Amino acid sequence: MRLNDEEQAMLAGAAGPARQWAIEHQIQVGTYLGAEDFVPVSQAHIMADTESLGLAGVEWLERLAALPQAERQVLIPTITDPRGTDFAAAHRLKHQDWMLDLERRAIAAFQAMGILMTDTCINYQTIMPAVRGEHMAYGDTGVVIYSNSVLGARSNFEGGPSALAAGLTGRTPRYGFHLDEKRRATLLIEVADTPAELSDWGALGGITGRLAGDYWQVPVLAGIDRVPASDEMKHFGAALASYGSVALFHMAGITPEAARLADIGAAGLPTRARVTAGDLLGFRRAYTDAIETIDVVVFSAPQLSLMEMRTLAGMLDGRHATVPLLVITSPQVKPDADRLGLTARMEAAGAMVLSGMCFYQSYAREMAEANGWRTLATNSAKLTNILGGYGYRPALLSMADCVDAACAGRIVR
Amino acid sequence: MNEFAATAAMGKRVRGRALVAKDGFSARYDLDRANGVFSRPEHKLADQSYVDRVLVLDAAKGGVATAWMLHEMQSRGVVPAALVLNSVNPIMVQGAAFAGFTMISGFATDITLAVPDGALVEVDPEAAPPVLRILAAG
Repeated sequence: MRLNDEEQAMLAGAAGPARQWAIEHQIQVGTYLGAEDFVPVSQAHIMADTESLGLAGVEWLERLAALPQAERQVLIPTITDPRGTDFAAAHRLKHQDWMLDLERRAIAAFQAMGILMTDTCINYQTIMPAVRGEHMAYGDTGVVIYSNSVLGARSNFEGGPSALAAGLTGRTPRYGFHLDEKRRATLLIEVADTPAELSDWGALGGITGRLAGDYWQVPVLAGIDRVPASDEMKHFGAALASYGSVALFHMAGITPEAARLADIGAAGLPTRARVTAGDLLGFRRAYTDAIETIDVVVFSAPQLSLMEMRTLAGMLDGRHATVPLLVITSPQVKPDADRLGLTARMEAAGAMVLSGMCFYQSYAREMAEANGWRTLATNSAKLTNILGGYGYRPALLSMADCVDAACAGRIVR
Repeated sequence: MNEFAATAAMGKRVRGRALVAKDGFSARYDLDRANGVFSRPEHKLADQSYVDRVLVLDAAKGGVATAWMLHEMQSRGVVPAALVLNSVNPIMVQGAAFAGFTMISGFATDITLAVPDGALVEVDPEAAPPVLRILAAG
């Protein structure tokens, strides 16, 4: 990779060992992936729940945090993905003391580096949405795909170490979706029936992700007959990124780089698949048909927007959950939900309203064992995709059907 | 043919028994990392141990957690010997770089069809180009 004088100095250790580690790491990654140089980024976003970090990762962070202040501070605004617990509700979730201790240690280390503990995976809805063409180092697949596709920003998936490295150097290797040529469509999906429910947007994302197959594919969807809302794009993108490891999609005539198919090199692409309402139903039924009773209902992944909180509160009015019902939002949305009375309405129906965490990033396996949870209902296709490996049997339902399941303790057919 | 050139690799030269499947890889989605087995019921290697095996799989999948998790798995010694993939995503590269883990990717053929399950293989990132060698059939 070509390095400028500042980058050469960091590599030589002139800016301290943290920045030296960071740029060495970035050069190793960039060389593997064919980057020729670096691109400045205006924000970094770090995924670093302590289930992923483990003790080894926390101790590594603490070593960086112990460096002199001038050497350990991030150079650009650097924010965080959800944490591994909501401290206010940790005992109700049966999170154990060692988990909370690791969380506190990781938070202290990040704060010592000047990182803003935003603890959210919906920063594009709540913190500062990226601008078209803005280069970022984002570290949550849902954040990356939304920012790339809906906002026209430019980021690769930046795992925790690489997002932290970008915060420390203010740049990232220029490969993948920072480059014009990698943003062109590679497969065309025709959508026969535009989804209505968030869970069906997730199902469409899951189907598209399975068709795409790997990170370097860029699907373009044709036939969407209205402009999807932000929450619909959120669930679609999160599922597409989860099932396909995809970081960028286009929607013909809707997303900013795809005003015309020719703009994204898709004019001559053959149609890979035509997705119908039956396909969406089949996707959901593959998870749901064999499940009857439900142990826990979870709204999470991504964290809920204020609009989702409003809709859910309306559905829960006058109802009462008979099984645990977890509603998980961001620390930015939660105060508004409190102030507007949404939290109180949901809690009156028996919901536990949590903030700053995400279900699958919060010791999901240990929560299942401690609480006796096995079957789980959610309207998040992304969550459905992840939780099988954690020992759950997940059912993908609409938000309304999840509410019914929470009240009945079983899927209401 | 028992040597397969790759477009990119990192880490040290390692040998081990191959564990092969035409399926993806994500540390968060697919593994029970405490017990060292594939835990995702739909995965073609479900219930099999990955510890000290050279994993030969199709593509990197899932989210960003693997970037931390390879390091965490390595710290406990409950970790594969190496990753061999047809197609990587940045997360696998970042995770391998952070952990000092051996990984190789980008072959002219589908590597999951070329390597027999259980074969003794060697991953040599230091060769030019980097190669995967089959030393003995399983």
